[in-house]
Amino acid sequence: MKKHRRQNRHLLQRTYLVLIFGFMYLPIAVLIAYSFNENKSRAVFTGFSLKWYESLFHNEMILTALWNSLVLALVSSIVATVIGTLATIGINSMSRKAQLLINNISYVPVVNPEIITGVSLMLLFVLAQKAGIGGEEGVFGWITLMIAHITFNVPYVIFNVSPKLRQLDSSLYNAALDLGCTPRQAFFKVILPQLSPAILSAFLICLTYSIDDFMISYFNCGTMQTLPIAIYSMTRKKVSPEINALSTIMFIVILAIILISNALDSRSYKRNQAAIRRDTAGV
Amino acid sequence: MFRSKASRWAAAPYLVWMCVFIVVPLAIVVWYALTDASGAFTLTNLTGIGRYASVFGRSLLLAAIATVICLVLAFPVGYSLSRLRANKQHIMLMLVMLPMWMNFLLRTYSWMTLLEKNGLINKFFGLFGIGPFNMINTSGAVVLGMVYNYLPYMILPLYTAMTKIDNSVIEAAQDLGANTFQVLVRVLIPMAKPGIGTGITMVFVPAVSTFIISRMLGGGSNLLIGDLIELQFLGNSYNLNLGSAMSLVLMVIVLLCMSFTSSFDEEEMEGVM
Amino acid sequence: MNEIVSLKDIVVDFDGERILDGLSLDIHDKEFVTFLGPSGCGKTTTLRVIAGFLTPKSGSVLFDGKDITALPPYKRQVNTVFQKYALFPHLNVYENVAFGLRLKKLPEETIRPKVQEMLETVGLKGFERRSINQLSGGQQQRVAIARSLVNQPRVLLLDEPLGALDLKLRKEMQLELKRLQREMNITFVYVTHDQEEALTMSDTVVVMNKGNIQQIGSPQDIYNEPCNAFVARFIGDSNIVDGIMEKDFLVSFAGREFTCVDRGFKPREPVQVVIRPEDVAIVPPSVGMLTGLVREVIFKGVHFEMHVDVEGKEWLIHSTQASQPGELIGMNIGPDEIHIMSREEV
Repeated sequence: MKKHRRQNRHLLQRTYLVLIFGFMYLPIAVLIAYSFNENKSRAVFTGFSLKWYESLFHNEMILTALWNSLVLALVSSIVATVIGTLATIGINSMSRKAQLLINNISYVPVVNPEIITGVSLMLLFVLAQKAGIGGEEGVFGWITLMIAHITFNVPYVIFNVSPKLRQLDSSLYNAALDLGCTPRQAFFKVILPQLSPAILSAFLICLTYSIDDFMISYFNCGTMQTLPIAIYSMTRKKVSPEINALSTIMFIVILAIILISNALDSRSYKRNQAAIRRDTAGV
Repeated sequence: MFRSKASRWAAAPYLVWMCVFIVVPLAIVVWYALTDASGAFTLTNLTGIGRYASVFGRSLLLAAIATVICLVLAFPVGYSLSRLRANKQHIMLMLVMLPMWMNFLLRTYSWMTLLEKNGLINKFFGLFGIGPFNMINTSGAVVLGMVYNYLPYMILPLYTAMTKIDNSVIEAAQDLGANTFQVLVRVLIPMAKPGIGTGITMVFVPAVSTFIISRMLGGGSNLLIGDLIELQFLGNSYNLNLGSAMSLVLMVIVLLCMSFTSSFDEEEMEGVM
Repeated sequence: MNEIVSLKDIVVDFDGERILDGLSLDIHDKEFVTFLGPSGCGKTTTLRVIAGFLTPKSGSVLFDGKDITALPPYKRQVNTVFQKYALFPHLNVYENVAFGLRLKKLPEETIRPKVQEMLETVGLKGFERRSINQLSGGQQQRVAIARSLVNQPRVLLLDEPLGALDLKLRKEMQLELKRLQREMNITFVYVTHDQEEALTMSDTVVVMNKGNIQQIGSPQDIYNEPCNAFVARFIGDSNIVDGIMEKDFLVSFAGREFTCVDRGFKPREPVQVVIRPEDVAIVPPSVGMLTGLVREVIFKGVHFEMHVDVEGKEWLIHSTQASQPGELIGMNIGPDEIHIMSREEV
């Protein structure tokens, strides 16, 4: 009787998860399906075709926007990671009060609605333009986008790296000094390698936020087009299935990256476990 | 550890950046909100917002509804995930986050395909001779879009909070005579509170300030705060002062919301990032 | 013997609290010295001052007669084995051990044999490629020791290195460390709160309390001739009773007079008398110097631990023969077994 109920509950739980995931993946499935649609209309599926993939690689507008997005994401993420990592180390050696103040301000772009971050930066740039900075063409474009992206990315770096820095066993640093490192060497040979996973994941977070950002870019791009902005301008008219093809490719690339990194993780985990088992069995 | 005075200088570039690009822009918003086009002090921008009360009301209402739906939908998901074996949790978590990697404009656009008059859902219903239903360009579609886009932001903090609930705590409650409902109300919900708070903020804040979802799924009749602000800054009714006043009010709304849900604590944030 | 490390009037404050209160100490070359004391006594702080992680508020540190107070840790000829090993998790066993040598920019041909020899010495041959988190606690401990010793320090500092190990492994490592110290022929400065560990391994024990040194001496001296009640209580079990020094070689306590081997006190000076529990011989009540009533008997494996009531004061006695609770016993104490200390100021 009781066992029966437990089984039922299990089934209910499973069905529920399937439904929720179905809901989350339905639009994505639709997007991918239509990338293979022969017909341009999104109302009917007339036949399988790869022609949108082909024409994607000839669409100047999309390719330029993609290129812009990638360059913007890469550069702004690198700058944000460097500034943010340095900031974390600096903040870590400040007084408690100063740390709290800086952290609270850093939270502002994280918790503020993106639209506010967008328009507030826009106002700053409008004022700068009025003051004559940027000359005839004005400031809006690469520079403003870059500044905006770095601004919303740096706090993510800080909040990713600083917990790791605080967890770090402080005797590691002492051990490095003890073995003959100067403080500078101790930082580069011991502290930085310890932080590097957190720094790398912060960098990846920045990349994704940057590639995906629409709201903040929208107010600060001028006539520049990033991929999300190109997509937006297309949704105002009619989305070409080329965009579906592009998002399918991006989806598959991301999926592959996740699967590979997962597989590597679990393999090194298994190797570790095996070695430990071997030792304990030997002792 | 290496808390030398010299290493404080490492933060200098960020501190300058923070002042110029976080603090100053917000100050400019406040300044614009309280001045007119000539730069003179005025309150007309703020009082002028009264005319848009219905838009503000609609934004708050739709965002609140979407937040509640997200919470109800996400709670069982967060709980189920937190009870899975570690390696399975990892995979499921990936599944939750994966859709967020797809550009949200495209995902929202995809809903247009689904909800349209001759869209996929109506076609599906048509097979059974029902419909077609009028789904797109309704406030319901806007709520759906919000729920869809921000559901992962609710699931992740709930999940993080609930992984900290040990099975033995639930068993202890059962042992002491609590039924399923009592376990939920007396143990799970109180213990998941920090996650609930974070989740509510992370759904409500973007939902109340969006303008994409309303524009794509709500047609012209479901204007939200975000749409209004966008219109003042880049749209036809270009008025930076009024737009700043609206932004200021939106910020106050968000702050109020966050003070209700209180702790936006760092630990929960880590789970999300 | 020559001093390798000298501490002169070291004062260390932390958060307004005095941790070391004018500590002075000489450490002789090639000795195994142990700082022993309860937690918070300042023993680890002293170690950190020698290592250079802490600069004292005042006082000086001499190394080989030269003042090194202001020298940073990486320029000192001492190395430390940390409490939780502090191995570098991003490096494998080999690279951890080679770390210090690489900093000296030695060529790989020099590094390799040194590292391998060191790993062999600590019994970790063949573990070179292992990552740190694939090692057990004992193995990590050995890597930490090898990593320090490979730099051929003049002094090795060890901060409660065995604290994280279980009892059996700890005993093994105690002998191993002692062997290493003899083989390497260098000075070991060892910090522990475990008195048994201190007595087993050390040439010299420094007993510390509240930022001050209580006593310095060989394990035998410390055990047999504790200079005050703190040392007596901290090192092993002891009975400490108040007494009066009648004259040289004669002391009275517990209601009668005993001959002893101590002298040099003022006539009728109030003193404290220390008697180790195993130094009390049990005899029939009729021939005993003292008589006591057995309250409790606990079997401890090698001996019985007895709590005996002597004139209203509880004494602790270790004996290989058991008495019964409620039994009246006689107790004899030889002159050699009585140790006299000046009464502590309260």
